[in-house]
Amino acid sequence: MDATLPLLILVIPLAMFLLLGLFGNKMSHPLAGTLGTLGMGTTLVLAYTVAFTYFFSGDPTFIAENGDRLQHVVFNQTWLAFTQNLVIKLGFLLDPISAMMLVVITTISFMVHLYSMGYMRDHHGVYEHGFQRFYAFLSLFSFSMLGLVVATNIFQMYIFWELVGASSYLLIGFYYTKPSAVSASKKAFIVTRFADLGFLIGILVLSFYTQTFNFVEFTSAPVEGLLDTYQVNIATSEGIRNIFASAQASTFMGASVLTWALVLIFMGGMGKSAMMPLHIWLPDAMEGPTPVSALIHAATMVVAGVYLVARLFPLYLMETAALDIITVVGAITALYAAMVACAQIDIKRVLAFSTISQIAFMMVSLGVARPDFHEGLGYMASMFHLFTHAMFKALLFLGAGALIHAIGSNDYTEMHGLRKHMPITHWTFLIGCLAIAGIIPFSGFFSKDEILSSCLGNSTFVYIWMSAVAALTAFYMFRLYYLIFWWKEHETPAGHHAPHDQPWTMSLPLIILAAISCVAGFIPFGNFVSWNGEPYDFMSHFDWSVAAVSLCVAILAIAFATVMYRKENPLPAKFKNAMPALWRWCHHRFYWDELYMFITHKIIFGLICKPIAWFDRHIIDGSMDAMATVTNKASEGIKPLQSGQIQFYVWVYLIGALLLGGITAICLM
Amino acid sequence: MEITAIFYLLPALLMFCAGVYGFITRKNMIAILISLELMLNAVDVFFVVFNRYLHPGQLEGMFFTLFAIAIAAAETALAIAIIINIFRATKNVDVRGLNEMKF
Repeated sequence: MDATLPLLILVIPLAMFLLLGLFGNKMSHPLAGTLGTLGMGTTLVLAYTVAFTYFFSGDPTFIAENGDRLQHVVFNQTWLAFTQNLVIKLGFLLDPISAMMLVVITTISFMVHLYSMGYMRDHHGVYEHGFQRFYAFLSLFSFSMLGLVVATNIFQMYIFWELVGASSYLLIGFYYTKPSAVSASKKAFIVTRFADLGFLIGILVLSFYTQTFNFVEFTSAPVEGLLDTYQVNIATSEGIRNIFASAQASTFMGASVLTWALVLIFMGGMGKSAMMPLHIWLPDAMEGPTPVSALIHAATMVVAGVYLVARLFPLYLMETAALDIITVVGAITALYAAMVACAQIDIKRVLAFSTISQIAFMMVSLGVARPDFHEGLGYMASMFHLFTHAMFKALLFLGAGALIHAIGSNDYTEMHGLRKHMPITHWTFLIGCLAIAGIIPFSGFFSKDEILSSCLGNSTFVYIWMSAVAALTAFYMFRLYYLIFWWKEHETPAGHHAPHDQPWTMSLPLIILAAISCVAGFIPFGNFVSWNGEPYDFMSHFDWSVAAVSLCVAILAIAFATVMYRKENPLPAKFKNAMPALWRWCHHRFYWDELYMFITHKIIFGLICKPIAWFDRHIIDGSMDAMATVTNKASEGIKPLQSGQIQFYVWVYLIGALLLGGITAICLM
Repeated sequence: MEITAIFYLLPALLMFCAGVYGFITRKNMIAILISLELMLNAVDVFFVVFNRYLHPGQLEGMFFTLFAIAIAAAETALAIAIIINIFRATKNVDVRGLNEMKF
């Protein structure tokens, strides 16, 4: 494939960032917004072209004779050559998941660009302060995220991984005059940075033994006769395991070094994808503008951890212990986040915890995937859910943004009964809720059902656990839906005009995303994405009993939410009073933030940092100060000797000379 | 009685010691200068005497003395000029009172 189109996909957002970042202030607001949106639109067209070519052209570099999808390195340019072995390259890897991610990222990003044209201005049409900066950062983020998914080697991924972290930091802290936004941005950056420490160590361990950074060398074998084309090959990963087994470092603290490397790499993914216990940054990240939450903290950046595990999946298959850890972390996170989401008041927080829970679904799905069950169904299910979740969660966030824009508050207590005032938002939000709850025929039903089937293939316990989480998902989403759009009639506060639907720039993305959420489930996803590139008809493996059970569970949960929240009634309060402790713990997110505050402030700051600071102030600084004081005092003491009186000097000299002479004379005698 | 070197050296030594004593004890800068000249002249005498008694065929000591006298004259002129200037500025030639620029 010609390198021009792939290169342009990366260059256009970067150029937009530089253009808007450097000259944005000289432009008018609509010009900057239009430029950014047009740039993203061009990228969208290019990315669709590339993905379409990859999936449908039938080019032998993309699809093998037996129909397997191949990995193709479009270009791979040496960027930093430290030594012969330590060479860092920047390139463009085209394979099923990167092509799919190109589509997801550019679609959501374009929707968000368009949506922000309406969102980032108030009801009188006045643009927000820093509108151009906002578009510049959006372009920077799109560039970094696209660079991340097409990375040819793990180091390039790490570079862009940090870049998305930085742009996320910039966008969370967009309202930099708001202290809560500033601290949220710092929190997000520090927590993910801490996780990336593990990622970096994992990269170093992995590359130390294998002598390479390249993804294709970790998981794939070259295809004969085709330059730069590789086929995912489990034997290659087996070879990497042998490197680790035969190298001197067979085990470390009871686990093989390869397991350690993979778990450490997963730790980076835990940070980015907000898995417990590194999830605390994501709810706070909702301080950013809502389109940013939709783009970065729901649809694209937070699934980078899932993408990372999927990218190295054949390696993880070699070490099922690491996959088991992923399953456990994912399952606990999914339940935790779903429980917390049931007791939040801020609608963006509910969606944030729902995002954590859904990402945990994807993680669990990867964790339970094994090639011997339905040919690695979990992998495909995870990617499928990533795709559908990106669409419906972006839809929900953009809908929430429309509500916040109309009401001017994040709390559902001030919304209630909006269905008649904002019909477009109402219907699209309902479609999003149905999709995430897993109601046929919306997209979430299919992807979630694949995940549950995959869980069942691995362990009944995980299946039951995740089904319970799915029920909770349906419950809290419809709780949110009813509390926003039903409950009681909307009371417009005095002096305000009634809330109404938004301009077309905001409605259009909602409608498009809702349409995608309706039909995305029917995409034969297995034909495009599977762990080894082999096309795979998941409908033939479709387990109708699992589907029926999950559908029943979801409908029951929705019915329960309907009873509780459709009309104003005392039932929710009764439940709250019946289980006050549970409600309080859920409402306070199981006190994770307080725990972190305790650990950082009381233990780390109080017990470690303060003594160290004291040691620095008193012992280190003190010894330096003592040296200065002694020198000062001593020089004050001997200062009078330097009197400037030559007569005195001569006198001292004379005495000294006489003494020396006397001593010499005595010695000679 | 033969005149030996000691007859010259002893008075010159006395003269030098007197110069040292004067240099250390006197406060008046003119007196210090005079003490300095005393020391210089004593050394000149040493040069001449040693030249005459140790290396009678040579003249280096003599010439050195002539040099020293010339330089001493120049130095005295300079010192006097400085002293006069100090006196003009401070109305004082007491060397222990001149500590304006001390640390």
